Amino acid sequence: MLQAKRKTGLVFFPAFDWAIDPTHPEREERLLYTQDQVLEEGIFDIEGITEFKPDLVTINDVNRVHFCVPDGWHVMTESHFISAGGAKTIGMAVLEKKVECGFALVRPPGHHAMRVVHGARGFCNVNIEAIMVEFLRAAYGVGKVAIVDTDCHHGDGTQDIYWHDPNTLFISLHQDGRTLYPGSGFTNEIGGPNAAGTTLNIPLPPYTSDEGFLYTIENVVLPILDDFKPDLIINSAGQDNHYSDPITNMNFSAKGYAQLTEMLKADIAVLEGGYSIEGALPYVNTGIILAMAGIDYSNIREPDFDPEKIRQSSQVTEAIKEVGKAVLENWRNREQLKDRMQKAASGRFSERMRRIYYDTAGITEFQKEKIRICRDCGGALKIDTSADTGSKVLAVHIPIDACSACIEQGRQWYEEAGSDRFQKAYLQNRPKDKYYVKELFQR
Amino acid sequence: MIIGLDVGGTHTDVVLLDKHGLVNEIKVHTDATNLFKTVLDGLEKITLGVNPKDIRRIVLSTTLTTNSIIQGKSPEVGMIVSSGPGIDPMLFRTNRHYYPVAGSIDHRGRRIEAIDHHEIKAVGDILKKEGVRHVGIVGKFSARNPSHELEIRRILRGQFEEFFLGHRVSGNLNFQRRVATTFFNAAVYPIHKKFFLAVRRSLDQQGMNIPIQILKADGGTMNFRSSIGFPGQTIFSGPAASIMGATAFAPKGEDVLVFDIGGTTTDMAILIDQAPLLDPLGIELGGYKTLIRSLKSKSIGVGGDSVIRVINGKITVGPDREGFAMVYGGSTPTPTDALAVMGKLEDGDTEKAFSGFQAIASALGVSVEKAAEMVFDHACRQILTEAEAMVVEINSKPVYTVHELQEGYQVKPKKIMVLGGPAPYFADYLEKISAYQVKPVPRWKVANAIGAALARTTCEVTLFADTERGILTSPEEKFKKNINADFSREKAIKIAYDLLRNKAMETGADEEDLELELLEDQQFNMVRGFHTTGKNIRIKAQVKPGLIHRYHSVVEKLSE
Repeated sequence: MLQAKRKTGLVFFPAFDWAIDPTHPEREERLLYTQDQVLEEGIFDIEGITEFKPDLVTINDVNRVHFCVPDGWHVMTESHFISAGGAKTIGMAVLEKKVECGFALVRPPGHHAMRVVHGARGFCNVNIEAIMVEFLRAAYGVGKVAIVDTDCHHGDGTQDIYWHDPNTLFISLHQDGRTLYPGSGFTNEIGGPNAAGTTLNIPLPPYTSDEGFLYTIENVVLPILDDFKPDLIINSAGQDNHYSDPITNMNFSAKGYAQLTEMLKADIAVLEGGYSIEGALPYVNTGIILAMAGIDYSNIREPDFDPEKIRQSSQVTEAIKEVGKAVLENWRNREQLKDRMQKAASGRFSERMRRIYYDTAGITEFQKEKIRICRDCGGALKIDTSADTGSKVLAVHIPIDACSACIEQGRQWYEEAGSDRFQKAYLQNRPKDKYYVKELFQR
Repeated sequence: MIIGLDVGGTHTDVVLLDKHGLVNEIKVHTDATNLFKTVLDGLEKITLGVNPKDIRRIVLSTTLTTNSIIQGKSPEVGMIVSSGPGIDPMLFRTNRHYYPVAGSIDHRGRRIEAIDHHEIKAVGDILKKEGVRHVGIVGKFSARNPSHELEIRRILRGQFEEFFLGHRVSGNLNFQRRVATTFFNAAVYPIHKKFFLAVRRSLDQQGMNIPIQILKADGGTMNFRSSIGFPGQTIFSGPAASIMGATAFAPKGEDVLVFDIGGTTTDMAILIDQAPLLDPLGIELGGYKTLIRSLKSKSIGVGGDSVIRVINGKITVGPDREGFAMVYGGSTPTPTDALAVMGKLEDGDTEKAFSGFQAIASALGVSVEKAAEMVFDHACRQILTEAEAMVVEINSKPVYTVHELQEGYQVKPKKIMVLGGPAPYFADYLEKISAYQVKPVPRWKVANAIGAALARTTCEVTLFADTERGILTSPEEKFKKNINADFSREKAIKIAYDLLRNKAMETGADEEDLELELLEDQQFNMVRGFHTTGKNIRIKAQVKPGLIHRYHSVVEKLSE
């Protein structure tokens, strides 16, 4: 009888009746062949693998992470409540030790959703990993978390949410932003002045193969994880690095994904992108599940798998080594970098202005972000955001471990917000686990 | 008139029904070493003085195949499995003569790697040398495309007595279960065939040229002819007989828990609007999970003859059994003895029960009467707890659509029906300690045989359409057709129902009992490169398990 070496939980929610639109890659059919493969392989029959029914997340769970404009109900669809709920279900099962690790095979994905949400970006409305992580922090007091994003696209949403959080290490491996959506994720993006170094980007050149990915995991990601010593490792398990993916240019294989999973030993994996729904997903997902459960995956391979065809060039290998060096250097120098950034900030605050485009919803947002420079916590954060939908709001975030000065600063910002400039003001008071909304009526 | 016969561990129950009700009911001793004699004995006794011409059907539920598998006494079987990439097929090994071979088919039924004819011939030679006469052939994804299984059989044809092909056992995906199910069919084939041929011959000799139906694990029946290739389906028909016996008397439109309290175990199942809830995949037996359609049931080691112990002042009941209750000559106290002490039994040696309970009473520091009550209470509560856990498990079964997650049916039983027993005492007590309305099943002593007698013929078909490849197929039914791009879900449903109706009639159904329903009805647009290139349609339909219509009046009579 086949038995898992690690007790593994699965939420499989293919949302067979939900799509962004009928011919969109994020459509009903996406996990159909994965389901066929997983059922035929008898994955759910394996002793030690448990399938859970996803719970729904609540609006409170969403508000812990996002500022949804105008509110969560407008941003979320039923399917988002379930897919974020699937991640949450797995998180709970792991924290309650029902299983040792787990995989939320859910859709729609979430890693392009940022802290402020005016609509859908990169097929994502809300960030399902962040909703899970912040729930686990609120409910179980989880402290340090590492999120390793192995989707082919830069996890810019997750990066944005954890940009100022020194307790969340976010590492994104992705195809170089000069060649792929969303065009960000370079090695110099290392987090804000209070959290420099806990955001790390590893842009890999197109045509990176198993060799390059596994090299990077072994020589860059694992040593950094060893240093950081997280309580929980999350893998944003996008599967679009696969050589057959139609919208990317990488050369990763199903067996490579399984090896990566085995090396990373994530506590929780959450499916992100991956749109080679026939040629990749059935095999990649089977490989990931077996690897998580500690079952031999050596016989998993795609029907057209040919290692020679996808072998990476020596130039690619060299480029990857260079990127790895730069990332490790940033990691080692993180304290100095932090000092330098804090000093560079004029006075007690640091500001940045951004224009964010929501490709899926066709919305343009303008943000003015202000963070209180703080040595004691993540820092109070204020975001003045407007979008071409006509929305104009103020969002204030007080981090979960905030010092008293930052709590006070956050409160003050929220109270000061007036109808002269904003339609609404929001406050995430994380130490109290409360979310406040102030309607401001314009005369 | 119809006959229902259910072979149990110790007794075999036989009933004769006519339109006015129960004509006769008997119990004969089960001789586990000679089930043929047991069955014939039962049939002979029940038909004594009855004109064979008046009997329309006989339904048999036996432990023949179950015992044969559990005891591992089946003859040598050869297994040839073609899996291709994926989990190592050696992990699914069923028996000694088990040979993984080359060949691979993918999830859409496309051939990826061909069968190697030389390899198959070589395996055939080995199997012959090993003295194998029956061969199971199973391919991964053969439920989508059976061509490799058929090809292997073609290569080996004439060299073996009988072949069992994986794609014929079920339309469901699950390679490992397909391997186990095919193995079971091949393994019990000879004993099953020999047994029922003997029963047939014997009945014919007595002038009883009556159709024989065999009860399956899903609570439905099939005729002898169609059972020959799929004898595995008769595994665990015993619990199914009991549950169908309760179905006859279940209330309309309600969820009901059914407890069959036997000597060793209590089997529990759920009825929804008079139909038993089925297991989504299939039965588990001897450590193997299968694709054999069955009732969703749970068996726990608490029964009338379970061993009672007091450990650190706490009562435990079961899961083991050491023969009969003391009141019936056994040597260890049991819940049945508790009933005897409580004065609820009409027969047996009550004094023995009292003496047996002395030790328990002193270990608990209470009177013998009180000890008996505590033990009975404990057994009943344990059964309730396990039943509630089963309901939770059923309701937490994952679903794959937003709609089902929001609107999905939740089982919420408020009633319990009890048989086996003695059912009335259990029913009274269960009602006392719970919020359920609890009733014994009418005629609870022979409800299992009544259930067998009244069960209708059931079956299932799975149809798969892929308009991009232009294929409509139901390998289980040997059905394959080319289709055009305009093929629709509506057409697929119609064809599935036609296939189902034919299958049901061939396996012995009565036209008036064809209550058909869809189990799965899904259509996906297949999009490649931002263009819709086809439709992927999946239809599964079944004859709903239930009772034959013709005898509805009987049920009413029996309830009186």
